[in-house]
Amino acid sequence: MINRIKIGMASCGVAAGAREVKDKIAEVAPEEKIVEVGCIGHCYAEPIVEIETDEGSIFYQDVEPDEEFINRMLELEDFSRFTPNPEREKWEKKFVTELSGKIDPVSLEEYRSRGGYQGLEKALEMEPGEVVEEVKTSYLRGRGGGGFPAGMKWSFLAAKEEEDKVIICNADEGDPGAFMDRTVMESIPHQMLEGMLIAAYATGANRLFIYCRAEYPLAVRNLNTAISQIEEAGLNKIGGEDIKITVKEGAGAFVCGEETALIHSLEGKRGTPRYRPPYPTDKGYKGRPSMINNVETFANVPLIIRLGGEEYAEIGTENSTGTKLFALAGDLEYSGLVEVPMGISIGDVIYGIGGAEEGSIKAVQIGGPSGGCIPEEYFDTPIDYDSLNELGAIMGSGGLIAISKGRCMVETARYFLDFTAKESCGKCTFCRIGTKRMLETLERVTGGEGTAEDVELLSELGPKIIKGSLCGLGQTAPNPVLTTLKYFKNEYLEHVEEKHCPALECDNLVEIEIDQETCIECGQCIKNCPVNVISDDFVIDNQDCTRCNSCIEVCPVDAIARVRKGGKVNVAN
Amino acid sequence: MPDLAALGQEKSNLIKALQEQQKEEGYISDQAIKDISREFDMAPVEVEGVVSFYTQFKRIKPGKYKIQVCDGTACHIIGSKLVLNWAKDHLGIAEGETDEEGLFSLDAVACLGCCSLAPVISINGKVYGDLTRKKLLKILEDYRAREEEV
Repeated sequence: MINRIKIGMASCGVAAGAREVKDKIAEVAPEEKIVEVGCIGHCYAEPIVEIETDEGSIFYQDVEPDEEFINRMLELEDFSRFTPNPEREKWEKKFVTELSGKIDPVSLEEYRSRGGYQGLEKALEMEPGEVVEEVKTSYLRGRGGGGFPAGMKWSFLAAKEEEDKVIICNADEGDPGAFMDRTVMESIPHQMLEGMLIAAYATGANRLFIYCRAEYPLAVRNLNTAISQIEEAGLNKIGGEDIKITVKEGAGAFVCGEETALIHSLEGKRGTPRYRPPYPTDKGYKGRPSMINNVETFANVPLIIRLGGEEYAEIGTENSTGTKLFALAGDLEYSGLVEVPMGISIGDVIYGIGGAEEGSIKAVQIGGPSGGCIPEEYFDTPIDYDSLNELGAIMGSGGLIAISKGRCMVETARYFLDFTAKESCGKCTFCRIGTKRMLETLERVTGGEGTAEDVELLSELGPKIIKGSLCGLGQTAPNPVLTTLKYFKNEYLEHVEEKHCPALECDNLVEIEIDQETCIECGQCIKNCPVNVISDDFVIDNQDCTRCNSCIEVCPVDAIARVRKGGKVNVAN
Repeated sequence: MPDLAALGQEKSNLIKALQEQQKEEGYISDQAIKDISREFDMAPVEVEGVVSFYTQFKRIKPGKYKIQVCDGTACHIIGSKLVLNWAKDHLGIAEGETDEEGLFSLDAVACLGCCSLAPVISINGKVYGDLTRKKLLKILEDYRAREEEV
């Protein structure tokens, strides 16, 4: 007996075809049994369908929008069953995202039936000051990356005597490779909003904003639906006053994740940061005291109030309590959204949860473009704010990318610098011009024109940019370069001294070669070459080749490969 | 058309007004800058300043199908640069350009948030993942064929 059919319909699921699957299911199954749920967290197996029966749930993976597939699935046949990586269960701790993928994101009743808004009810029975104390006791630290204790921030705003106080949820998740906040907003919007309402009560704020990336249409839609449900149910009535909650869409500027820039953008201006002090809690949105927390931080709050700060603080480590969401990506078997207790080691995340082949990963990039690359020898480092800082990386918002031994670290650093150089708002000279010069230097190195002085220049310029920049963007932009220089200097030196990219990734330092002995002369490469540089006797003209890899991809016998330019001869001398 | 006069009452609505304008026309035209600056009681150059600051706003009329090639970290590592090159070669346009028929425009964008499907592109918001060159060209040709049918 099938009770409910749940389809994972967060952005990843939809991108993998969940909507077509849902439409097909709707043709044969009764509508009232079909539920659209949020992210189930196993992106690699999308589209995923969960069928709830009297005997428990059965999961199907890689579901196809095909009549036969759907019918067999609804007969509960034993095929394409989804079995999560058993290792993963061992390491993961679903806490903040416990309800993600289990409930309809925009059903207030479902959220309430699972304990939703009990945190708010409990908070309203306490004195506002007690709520702030509870958050302080939990030692919740800002999940946006900085790690500032949330309870402290709350107490700053609570102490303000102005009548109009503002709370802003920073949902401008712009780090490439990060989708933690998107998942929370898409899958459990009510939980985050409950956290914001608790904060409003605790600090006496009367205006709530959510500043969300415009690239997240589903998150914006789900938040707006949830907000109207809250207003209808009167949950936003706090201290006899209706609190207004507004979602504001950003317009695509990474620097707006920085709090003073975010406030400018909310005010409709160019999103440039300004000097602090005054801190936003003194003078923020339109001059009013304003407090900014990140999406994940707010999503933790209802759980802290429900459990009590002390019990919450038992999760994780002493100085980094609770759990952290990570967007796992890169050279892994199982990518996706994971939630782990603070203090777990990097190795356990990428090998245990990510299922990477033992020994295949040479570094992880943690914290996005502001973060750093951590090499293999530090994979037993616990993931907490302080240990990561010691290595020159940062917790960041939660992007975690595994880099295998076949990737070039100089190119990785160049990629991140390219991002920050483009996103620099231009206000501070060292950030605007410094990142540009660093990028040009890195391009010389990856392009095969670098010298040993270039490598020195990078190490010299990095700390200066950090010192000479006003906001977090410039202060962290050199991190990817400085950490790769620290841990992978040999790769830089090989590029400049030997003109060799050990990972064979940098286009200017490689050639494409067809191995005549393996080649079966099928002609696929010639047919697929977009620039027609492969001759009839299967020789590639590397002068005009764009290194697009099309031929390598289509070769049925793997006879084509990227090789070192100029063979093994040392061309540097 | 967005109600610029109403939005213009409150300066903090400027970005919203620009977003609605762009939703309507697909880009921010010179005329739109003039209209908005009048309603918001700002100099056109101030409006232009906000427009140029945010990457979302386009000053060139986009094609009917807007291709966004994701260059987020996960896609980049797996080869988004190649995807972009394949698309450029096939369409004969560079990043930020629109083809002559006004059918396709091409942009590289920061993360689309579908990292586990890398490399991905989106065409008018619909995401296509796990791309290979063959798959990409087929997708583009399917769009063109559909257009020619109509």
